[in-house]
Amino acid sequence: MKALAFSAILTLTASASFACETVTLGDLTIQNAWSRATIGAGRPGVLYLEITNNGGTDDALVGIATPAAGMPMLHETVVSDGVASMPHAMAVPVPAGQTVALAPGGYHGMLMDLTAALKEGETFPVTLMFQAAGEVTVTVDVLSMRAEGPDCADAGQ
Amino acid sequence: MRGRRTVILGLGGVAGATAYMLGLGWWQSRSREGAGPALLPLPVAEMAFSLTDHRGNRVTPADWVGQPTLAFFGFTWCPDVCPTTLSDISLWLDELGADADRLNVVFITVDPERDTGPVLSDYLASFDPRITGIAGPVAEVERAVAGFRARFEKVPRDGGDYTMNHTAGVFLFDADGRFASIIDYHEDRRFALPKIRRVLG
Ligand SMILES: [Cu+2]
Repeated sequence: MKALAFSAILTLTASASFACETVTLGDLTIQNAWSRATIGAGRPGVLYLEITNNGGTDDALVGIATPAAGMPMLHETVVSDGVASMPHAMAVPVPAGQTVALAPGGYHGMLMDLTAALKEGETFPVTLMFQAAGEVTVTVDVLSMRAEGPDCADAGQ
Repeated sequence: MRGRRTVILGLGGVAGATAYMLGLGWWQSRSREGAGPALLPLPVAEMAFSLTDHRGNRVTPADWVGQPTLAFFGFTWCPDVCPTTLSDISLWLDELGADADRLNVVFITVDPERDTGPVLSDYLASFDPRITGIAGPVAEVERAVAGFRARFEKVPRDGGDYTMNHTAGVFLFDADGRFASIIDYHEDRRFALPKIRRVLG
């Protein structure tokens, strides 16, 4: 009985990737929330996810909060004249009827002052603040440093 | 891989604007590259620097002549561009298999104050073992960057912290050390493997 319960938990752990869950807030759906493992807590972490606006009104992601970092903020990687920089983004537009991604090489959550190293296989919560829709908390999967994204079978495309 | 090309999914003004922006970055760096021979990276043999790899070996340009080179500038405190590019490079090396053993693959830090040999060693353990980390005194890194006609800049942040802006393209040189091409950061990744195969000969 005990063994059976244990194996059930294992199965659950193996198949339940939080990143692949869809979280709904009004007309918005959020999915594929992931981050990369860090070496120690001194380096900044990163946050990637996808937001779909199924409604008829534009919205915008205006802030993020997480117990995983003392100073989380929105950034946008910009390559200008071949040189990459990461200016602070006041807001990430989420236009009506579109899907916007915080993704490698573009908008991302920059998690500065990590409270602890992000370890592969762990998860942490991030609260997303939208201009119109309000707030919602999603669970972020920490993938390997080499990861290029979560492996969701039906990656919401 | 998927994420890079889907910064904004769907159709409409924002997607168009983003595509334009990304395209512009690509175009600017290409036009700069093509603006005159003076702006092309020097042949490796004409470069001058003395750096140290993450295994503790001294590295000079002469060490690179005789094998094709793939080089990328970055720093280990970089959460977005650098792990993404090193992950891409690792995937390319996977796909090239044993052919890539002939390639000199180097990750040159533009933040040698924090990225010492042991730090690079720790960091690169997450990526393909054929990637060699390169560090050294700031002045020598500057000489290397100058030879590549690349750029970097230290950007202070609140609280005494800082980040680095840096050339994000991946440089390719043939076995004779002649500059062959750049894989631009926002370029379609499908063009990368053919470019690398060309310098492998
Ligand atoms: Cu950033």
